Amino acid sequence: MKTRLDVTLTVNGERVTRSIEPRLHLIDFLRLELGLTGAHAGCEHGVCGACTVRVNGEIVRGCLTLAASLEGARVETIEGLSDSGEIRALQDAFVAHNACQCGFCTPGMLTTAADYLAQGGAADRAAIREHISGNYCRCTGYQAIVDAIEDAARRRAGGAA
Amino acid sequence: MKWPAFAYARANSLEEAFALKRAAGADAKWIAGGQSLLVSLAYRLQAPGALIDISRIAALHGVAEAGAGLRIGAATTHAKLGADALIGARAPLLAQAAPLIAHAAIRNRGTLGGNIAYADPASELPACLVALGATIVAASPRGERRIAAADFFVGLFETALAEDEIIVAVETPAPPAGSAIDEIARRPGDYAMAGLAAAFDIESGRLAHARLVFFGVGGAPVHAVRASTALTLHGVAAAQAALAGDLAPQGDHQASGDMKLHLARVLTRRVAQAALGPGSLAA
Repeated sequence: MKTRLDVTLTVNGERVTRSIEPRLHLIDFLRLELGLTGAHAGCEHGVCGACTVRVNGEIVRGCLTLAASLEGARVETIEGLSDSGEIRALQDAFVAHNACQCGFCTPGMLTTAADYLAQGGAADRAAIREHISGNYCRCTGYQAIVDAIEDAARRRAGGAA
Repeated sequence: MKWPAFAYARANSLEEAFALKRAAGADAKWIAGGQSLLVSLAYRLQAPGALIDISRIAALHGVAEAGAGLRIGAATTHAKLGADALIGARAPLLAQAAPLIAHAAIRNRGTLGGNIAYADPASELPACLVALGATIVAASPRGERRIAAADFFVGLFETALAEDEIIVAVETPAPPAGSAIDEIARRPGDYAMAGLAAAFDIESGRLAHARLVFFGVGGAPVHAVRASTALTLHGVAAAQAALAGDLAPQGDHQASGDMKLHLARVLTRRVAQAALGPGSLAA
């Protein structure tokens, strides 16, 4: 049993090792140890979705993930997804539809929306709402966010915007 | 809130897990996906001195045919329950339940074993396992034992598991001819106010051998024996009436007991209708 341990993982393509306490969750690991402040610690009990990041290609709640359990894992944050250009079209759609207000939910919302599109999600408003149902936005009323994701899905499918 | 401090170790085998547990004592808890456990730490509902990570133990992974049914590793995630072809074919009720569990990001980490060990009364999977007549396989330093799902869920957050046991797998029997699950929640992913998992056969256009198991209406899944029999013998209206003898739901912050009983009746009709096809209950 360890009260401090070294963990090595790959974050946005870069291999990092840190000595951490087991109680550290992935979001505090990213924010406090690595200075990656894009993913937010909101409710910190798995409800709000502001901490959504990717682990080994799948979206997870960063606040419900032990950093210590991620030895060897591949983590991608909003910084990595932005820098690689992977979610550029989605970000453009969020801007075009004014889908951000205060911006607190936006990184998690984009990461979840990118997951929807990566799984082949269609421009189907009910299905989009279902997929983002674990991400809270307290500003927009969701309408503009659904508009943006729908638009991005339609554009990707090659239809008219 | 931040989690209270705890020590941590990762076990790579069951033997290693048992050795770690023996050394750490009752103060140590198993952790797999952590999607229930870590929430309870954030709420400071418990403060274990140590967490033993069992998520990478190979024996807890994998889905395989076992007789006419399946052996599903305890570390199988909810996302995999919903996507696995074998589960879809041999235990479709579990595949149908998966999208109702929490949200996509939680389904990617939450596990079957963790879910049933936590035994949340509003959770879908315990009711599904009771409806299917599944068996829970648990391991400890004393060996392996099999527990019928109906005996496993004892009460509110309480199971038949001993403190040092690990759920290794769930075994499902040959699939019933039909199964269905439905629930009523205020928003997608929220805890259900009431839910129903059902397994049945269909004989000459009627439901037969129905097993109606409700969740969110008691401390543990409730097999509504009277309603199940009434559904088979006399149809939906009789089953709805019989529910008053099966369920005595307590109210909670979401719904009163009376409302939960009403919702259970609504669910009975919806599930029967889904099983028999649209228009089947018009006569």
